Amino acid sequence: MEFILQPLTLMTFFPLLGVLVLLFIPSEKKNAMRWTALIASLITFLISIWVLTMFNASNPDLQLVAKYNWITVAGWNIQYYLGIDGLSILLVLLTTFLSPISILSTWTAVEERVKEFMIFFLLLEVGMTGVFLAQDLFLFYVFWEFTLVPMYFLIGIWGGPRRIYAALKFFLYTMAGSILMLLAILWLGIYQGTFSVPDLITKGGIDPHTQLWLFIAFAAAFAIKVPMWPLHSWLPDAHVEAPTAGSVILAGVLLKMGTYGFLRFNLTLFPQAAVQAAPVIAVLAVIGIIYGAAVSYAQADIKKLVAYSSVSHLGFVMLGLFALNPQGIQGGILQMINHGLSTGALFLLVGMVYEQTHTREFKVYGGLWKVTPIFGTIFLIVSLSSMGLPGLNGFVGEFTILLGTFGSTVLHSPWYAGLAALGVIMAAVYILYMFQKIFMGPEGSIVEEVKKHGHALRDLNWREIVTIVPLLIFIFWIGLYPAPFFHLMAPSVDKLTAAFQAAALAMR
Amino acid sequence: MPPLNFTVILPLLVLTIWACLLLLVDLFVKNKGITALLAALGLAISLGVTLSQVGATGTSFNNMVTLDGFSTFVNALLLVSGLFGVALAYGYVKRMGIERGEYYTLLLFSIVGMMLMAQAADLIIVFLALEMLSIPLYVLAAFARPNVNSEEAGLKYFLLGAFSTGFVVYGIALVFGATGTTSLAGIVAAASSGTSSLLLLTIGSALILVGLGFKVAAVPFHMWTPDVYQGAPSAVTAFMAAGAKIAGFAALLRVFSLAFPSLASDITPIIAVISALTMIVGNVIAIAQTNIKRLLAYSSIAHAGYILMAFVPYGQKDVVATSVAAGLFYLVSYVLTNFGAWAVVIALEKAEGKGLEIADYAGIGRKYPALAAAMTVFMLSLTGIPPTLGFVGKFYLFRAAIAGQFYLLAVIGVLTSLISAYYYLRVVVTMYMREGEPETTSEPWLNITWGLAALLTVIVSLVPAPLFDWASQAVLKLF
Repeated sequence: MEFILQPLTLMTFFPLLGVLVLLFIPSEKKNAMRWTALIASLITFLISIWVLTMFNASNPDLQLVAKYNWITVAGWNIQYYLGIDGLSILLVLLTTFLSPISILSTWTAVEERVKEFMIFFLLLEVGMTGVFLAQDLFLFYVFWEFTLVPMYFLIGIWGGPRRIYAALKFFLYTMAGSILMLLAILWLGIYQGTFSVPDLITKGGIDPHTQLWLFIAFAAAFAIKVPMWPLHSWLPDAHVEAPTAGSVILAGVLLKMGTYGFLRFNLTLFPQAAVQAAPVIAVLAVIGIIYGAAVSYAQADIKKLVAYSSVSHLGFVMLGLFALNPQGIQGGILQMINHGLSTGALFLLVGMVYEQTHTREFKVYGGLWKVTPIFGTIFLIVSLSSMGLPGLNGFVGEFTILLGTFGSTVLHSPWYAGLAALGVIMAAVYILYMFQKIFMGPEGSIVEEVKKHGHALRDLNWREIVTIVPLLIFIFWIGLYPAPFFHLMAPSVDKLTAAFQAAALAMR
Repeated sequence: MPPLNFTVILPLLVLTIWACLLLLVDLFVKNKGITALLAALGLAISLGVTLSQVGATGTSFNNMVTLDGFSTFVNALLLVSGLFGVALAYGYVKRMGIERGEYYTLLLFSIVGMMLMAQAADLIIVFLALEMLSIPLYVLAAFARPNVNSEEAGLKYFLLGAFSTGFVVYGIALVFGATGTTSLAGIVAAASSGTSSLLLLTIGSALILVGLGFKVAAVPFHMWTPDVYQGAPSAVTAFMAAGAKIAGFAALLRVFSLAFPSLASDITPIIAVISALTMIVGNVIAIAQTNIKRLLAYSSIAHAGYILMAFVPYGQKDVVATSVAAGLFYLVSYVLTNFGAWAVVIALEKAEGKGLEIADYAGIGRKYPALAAAMTVFMLSLTGIPPTLGFVGKFYLFRAAIAGQFYLLAVIGVLTSLISAYYYLRVVVTMYMREGEPETTSEPWLNITWGLAALLTVIVSLVPAPLFDWASQAVLKLF
């Protein structure tokens, strides 16, 4: 009982209670299932708020720790070890926040096999929360790999026409990276004698050469997940084929698992290798920013455009993290949240219109603002946020990252920031292009097309507005007053960067 | 000569007598279901005796047979496999019209051979056990006669089996020639005292490796596997894939770790190459399969490769305990998953070999959600995705490989796991993402088998500590 009542344990596994209830609901009662899943995820969100109230932002260390011996026989030293700190608290909140929103978005979009959908969704939530909380590498790996399974089903069963291909590609790509990480985890477990991340950090002392190899093995897993250029090719397929809720979670949370992984493991466990590898990662990140932006512009499918824009945005996050200074990392973390909010919202909006039109080709759209003004206005706000307009969330994150990159002593070249800034401009081009194609100009053929089927294209209904408004609140909040968010992460980030100063000094 | 200590082979003895009696009793039993239940009872009793011997050690029959933690562990696993084997066969043989009482007696005799293998402390006993476990299996493979495929399977298995036994015998002869003894303890003493011919000893042990390699279906001695697994009745295949593999690996682990540690510098590279080849060939060819029985056959080849990986560092004193324990643990996970997967295959199989294409699995996810969920668990476990036992098993195995500093082998291991994800997931794709109207057979024992296997696969993966503990204890007493 004591075990399950730990706040972090409770938060991680609460959705399982929803799964249990779902198993006993007869399959024709679809609404009962939807409500069950929604309530389960809402309570999980409330638990996460409770966790936030207990969280002491001025403490840089792990808090609310739940730690038990798990497998400690036969030379194993594996613990059940959950903890939260400034690096993870925002991501955990993002996860518990986006989950009910995504479930709400499926209300009418998912009519087939509702029970399985909700079960997989709640299982996915367990996995994602676990990834952000696990402080033992074995436990982390279990959660990390486990998220693959429900997501694979979400794409493969409820996805678009090429869903099977996309689901398999998603699974194999991600697994390819993570198995290399598995070997590195094993190496650490054997030669350092523990799988616990804080203990590994304290212990340290891995020689630089080995560090680099381990760094690469971990990076393989995370770079595919982020995804960093040139390992991104699974992402557009997965996004385009996934159902709306799947895309929201994929963009909002799953990709952050990659960037978080870099932050939590690559940077802390292998500081010297991180300093060494920073320029390489930064170059890849900048290429990703520019490439993602350029390719976005060339897309004919709305979802594909948003998917490639993710490659670009996550390039920013990576650039920020590997500036290896407080501004860069804080900006990186905030930009993870921003991307989750903005891109999540974009996918939700695209899903809302797709539900009525069943197409995402730009060429059939146009002039929608007149037909659906509320939808148009919200879409505009979200687009501007994604583009980085001052006053909205995206700007704060990108600006901080550029600041951090510019002042980085590890990268010490203005080119990274300069080229990345080019990405901001390119973002304006493709985002405005998208908005213009859908909402401006003469009415597109889709408006007539929908009318032919009996009912005209409608604006957002109350449920859809309820789904999207919470996201808008945070888009404005972070844009106008980001201090509380920075405040939550600052001590932990400072502690992390202090370790780098030491590592960088040790290398001179 | 000291009096014979029968307690050393008590479980074996119980089962042998029980099997002989069953052969007679069966003559008077009309309902062959009762024979099956009696066979299961015998296995259960023997299992009880085995478990009562946990921690006991001893030798008997002039040091030719031994009882230790290792043999107890393996025997328990074998008897559980036997119980699963009976459970799978119970409804299956009836449905396929091949219900004959000998089935169960042969099964028991085969297990007797396997258990003897686990307890062998002398190469002569290894040979005896090998024959005892193999001959009933040859007959069982051909049990569906006059079905041509089954007869072909039986004959093929027999011919190649006889061939491989020849290798073992020749190897034993050479080892005897080199050391003047067939006792494992004697061999190691002769090897370390330098009175043996190193060349003969090396060749002899390599030949034994080849012969046992046939049994566990390691590449390049795997050619018989797909045809035999496909042709033999599914219930037999399920048992064969588990039992023969356990026994083969038990013999390999014991003989090589006990008798030939001094040859490690020569033998280890050979085993490493065999292990790598087995993983690569098994997994790559499995991709092209459309028949579920052949798919599982190649998968079982691939898993032999993984288990061999545990065996590679057998000459390193500080690693060998871990690696043998890892091998045992992996066997448990493989056996559990294997029986579960075959139970699902049997649930879908129809007369005349219908229902065995992967395409026949379309639509199970919708129509039989529990069965599909169980099969998904088995496929994930075979791939090595958490939270399943297969993942924990692989984690343990790779640990042994890395601790032995066989990094390349570990990388090959994980990369081939990735390849395997492709074909295991194809089964899942077909079940959940394609439409179809499958028909399954629902038999109580069958349902219990896959249900129990699926539950255990997940639950034990979350609390693996007791099993880890037992596996590691099992090994320490070996040395």
